[in-house]
Amino acid sequence: MVGKPLVSIVSAGLSRFGRREGVYARELFAEAVSEAFERCPNLDPKKDIGALFVGHMGESYEHQGHTGPTLADWAGLTPSAAVRTEGACASSGVALRLGIMSVLSGLYDMVMVGGAEKMTHRATAEATEFLAMASDYPIEQWNGATFPSLFALMATAHMHRYGTTERQLALVAVKNHRHGALNPKAHMQKEVTVEQALASRVVAWPLKLFDCSLITDGASCVVLTKPELARKFTDTPVNVLGSGQTSDSIGLYEREEFTSLKAARLAAQQAYEMAGVKPDEVDVAEVHDCFTIAEIIAYEDLGFCKPGEGGRLVEEGATALGGRLPVNTSGGLKSKGHPVGATGTAQAYELFLQLTGQAEKRQVEDAEVGLAHNVGGSGATATVHIFRSGFQ
Amino acid sequence: MSEAQLAFGIESFYKFVGEGKLMGAKCNKCGLVMLPPRPVCTKCYSKDLRWVELKGRGKLLTYTVIHVSPKQFEALAPYPVGIVKFEDGSQLLGMIRGVEPDKIRVGMSLTVDFEKTSAALHTQQEQWPTWPRYYFKPI
Repeated sequence: MVGKPLVSIVSAGLSRFGRREGVYARELFAEAVSEAFERCPNLDPKKDIGALFVGHMGESYEHQGHTGPTLADWAGLTPSAAVRTEGACASSGVALRLGIMSVLSGLYDMVMVGGAEKMTHRATAEATEFLAMASDYPIEQWNGATFPSLFALMATAHMHRYGTTERQLALVAVKNHRHGALNPKAHMQKEVTVEQALASRVVAWPLKLFDCSLITDGASCVVLTKPELARKFTDTPVNVLGSGQTSDSIGLYEREEFTSLKAARLAAQQAYEMAGVKPDEVDVAEVHDCFTIAEIIAYEDLGFCKPGEGGRLVEEGATALGGRLPVNTSGGLKSKGHPVGATGTAQAYELFLQLTGQAEKRQVEDAEVGLAHNVGGSGATATVHIFRSGFQ
Repeated sequence: MSEAQLAFGIESFYKFVGEGKLMGAKCNKCGLVMLPPRPVCTKCYSKDLRWVELKGRGKLLTYTVIHVSPKQFEALAPYPVGIVKFEDGSQLLGMIRGVEPDKIRVGMSLTVDFEKTSAALHTQQEQWPTWPRYYFKPI
């Protein structure tokens, strides 16, 4: 039985993603927020929005801490309470969940949740180092492990255990670039071939350049309110039916298995149960494809297929636009880009478009139920949210 | 300093690595071995712990070969990194040395070894941390 809505999303905004030279996180966030306000003329920001929960991973990129009020300030949201959330690449998935909790608590009628990250102005080596801070320092970083290498360790284990191939990994990149080419806000709006992906240079074997998501500048936001108030603001709300979040060891090396993310599996269980939705009822999903292997593991952790069958699922085209369960119609982290703090609510933005029929060239026909899967680090944080269009 | 006086934690773990020993904390209540050692048992919350020396022999669970590395490791790239499961059940991540990357296989037997201070990467490091390094090599 489908559960009761926890909250409703009445608007959403997304900055253009990409290499946004000379544009900083606060400006990217203002761009996203202004779209959300333009979409929702009945909303009076100063009066209606009680608080901002905003995901931001690192102070290092811009030498700027205290990012909650910084972002609120530049988006015109002061004096509302402003809280920065940090869960590595799941920072704004965490913000979304806290926003839901704050409305459910009764403290606020309406809040904004979002995220922002400015990354491309730093040298790749620096950006790589800042990203690696989301992994264990004393054992993993100290021994030379990089972020791609942790997912490469998962890829090797998956290939060894299930026979997943490098070609199947490449097919995730090919699919997501095909989707991203249809998204005018995506960072890399161009298709790649499986041959190009397989021939790209090795980053951390077996992962190559095209197995990795992009270092991107961007920001995102959605506006949450109580379901009974949603109609005041829009005729086409999207309801959040389920929210799950769990954590796991900070070190990948301590885990029982490397072919699945336990935190994501448990978060999915929580969200499905709360929503009263089964995996085969999901029409469209945005999953955390920080690396191609992560999308294959996500299929399995979310119950879209059995463990070990993720490689075949992408090979069969089931998760491409036109398939039975399109995944990452936005282009995903791979092609739309991965401004880490912004990613969780950027997924919610894409699902807001899909479930209100506004996704244009990448629209999934009759999409009613959507799922967002956001992973922090090598899986020490995971959030899963389930959405349903609210205008039937 | 005697082992009993050392706090169960990261600093002690690396102090022992500097002495060529792989030391974990074993919980006297529930038997959990923690590597690196932690001050409180994460299974039963007991602080009644003792030091155990691990033999450091085990099997490779998974590995990668890192081509794009952070600055301080650039001279070593491409270098393999793997996760080893020791005979006593605990697991650790480290670099793999003494074997060509294309000869590395999941399931192969590896043992831990310790960097000699003179050749240590850490001598280049002037600020915190100045931990010594361990690595894995074929048996």
